[in-house]
Amino acid sequence: MLEISELSVSFGAVSALKGVSLEARQGSITAVLGANGAGKTTLLRAISGLVKAQSGSVRFSDRELVGLPVERIVRAGVSHVPEGGSVIAEMTVAENLQLGAVWRYGRRDRLRRIAEIYEIFPALATRAKQHASTLSGGERQMLAIGRALVSRPSLLLLDEPSLGLAPLVTAGLMAVLADLSKGGDITTLLVEQNARSALSIASWAVVLNLGSVVVSDTAAAIADDADLRHHFLGF
Amino acid sequence: MRLFWNITLGGVSEGLIFASVALGLVLIFRATNIINFAQGAMAMLTTFIAFSVLGKGVGYWPAFVVALACGLVLGGVVQLVLIRPVQNKPPLNAVIVTFGLLILLEGLAGAIWGNSNRGFPAAFSQSGLVVGHTSIAFSHFDVFIVVAVLALVVLVALLFRFTTLGLRMRAAAFAPEAARLLGVRVSWLLTLGWSFAAVAGALAGLLVAPTSVFSPTFMDLILVYAFTAAVIGGLDSPLGAVIGGLVTGLALAYVGGYLGGALEPIGALVMLIVVLMIRPEGLFARPTARRV
Repeated sequence: MLEISELSVSFGAVSALKGVSLEARQGSITAVLGANGAGKTTLLRAISGLVKAQSGSVRFSDRELVGLPVERIVRAGVSHVPEGGSVIAEMTVAENLQLGAVWRYGRRDRLRRIAEIYEIFPALATRAKQHASTLSGGERQMLAIGRALVSRPSLLLLDEPSLGLAPLVTAGLMAVLADLSKGGDITTLLVEQNARSALSIASWAVVLNLGSVVVSDTAAAIADDADLRHHFLGF
Repeated sequence: MRLFWNITLGGVSEGLIFASVALGLVLIFRATNIINFAQGAMAMLTTFIAFSVLGKGVGYWPAFVVALACGLVLGGVVQLVLIRPVQNKPPLNAVIVTFGLLILLEGLAGAIWGNSNRGFPAAFSQSGLVVGHTSIAFSHFDVFIVVAVLALVVLVALLFRFTTLGLRMRAAAFAPEAARLLGVRVSWLLTLGWSFAAVAGALAGLLVAPTSVFSPTFMDLILVYAFTAAVIGGLDSPLGAVIGGLVTGLALAYVGGYLGGALEPIGALVMLIVVLMIRPEGLFARPTARRV
């Protein structure tokens, strides 16, 4: 269970988040939607500690995350895949995956866990020894998500995983994400501009606009609300 | 022909010394984007500490180990106390800080040990080896230089290639934010990177001191040559630092051997200018379109 209450973040005079409150249920996928500049990315960065929150709280599994350094938040089970994935281009696919597991597992468990990731994303297995710079956009995104999963996080923060991907690749990725959440161990916050595909796999959705929550409801209810869709989601 | 081979051998051992200082510069530059102008002065300080330990009559190898250990501590302390506060400031701040440290350390060493020229002992004999019936310009100590620097290079390569510490250090250098999101304690690894660089420097100090006059400024010119080597190698490639060191050492040996020793510093500056004009990213730099 992720509980965010009255979270505010500002950059100088610009406030990016103005008292955002939301809950994400254990094991569910919650889509975070909204236009450019709505504060979606800032929300994720505040949860993972990359930006400092001015006020408010982020509680995950009854632990306050605001104020903890990024490395501690990671160790509390939070994996954040930033926009574009930020795979490390000059390392191989296998090294990227190792890096995701190093803080948590010794050598043997790490290799076992990486083998499990290769089962989820078979395309990565065939490219294990290649530099990440040689991957396609879709493969990079798989690597970024695989690297985030390698440490068995309980909260997965995904920032625009579909950005720049072909529709077919996006659909495949969404299917994998839906599969992952079936186990019920991973709570996912999915930030997307591509609202339609995010809503197709999410059970809950939150719409942000200019740093505030406009509405939060079940994904189905939001997908059915034509007014809301036209105003904030662009479809 | 004999002159040529003697000059070449001298160039190799000089070049490997430049390589070890250049390696320190590169380790720091690629992790923190800072040129450590105090790299030579830090090495000078640890060598003077070794000098004092030697004065206690404990023998060469304990002093050798003490110098490397002091390098480890000094590098970490410098990073924590001086570099961390300017890490995310404009790059000129760090330049001024490392320059200031250079002046501070040389002044400090002058105050403690005096500015006079001294001699520093070598680990092994410095008289030329005899091959067949002729003596060549390569001594037991030169062999030691080659072995020590190559051991350092191999250790660094093994560290980066095959250990998870090296993996984390590379991640911290290439993509600090992505590394933090994967649980890597980036700031601690940057401190460690400075420590390792200072150990490489401390080794270089111990190798240079017996071959030159030993005073608080004895590493100044070496730093210029090592900087040339690092720029030739591309500033962020450890392999480039080693090859750049060898290239610089050989080139300066030929300049010194055939044209006169006084021209060596000018030779280094000419090389620096030529490299910066023709291939400013160096020979082994990573492609610049890398932050993805």
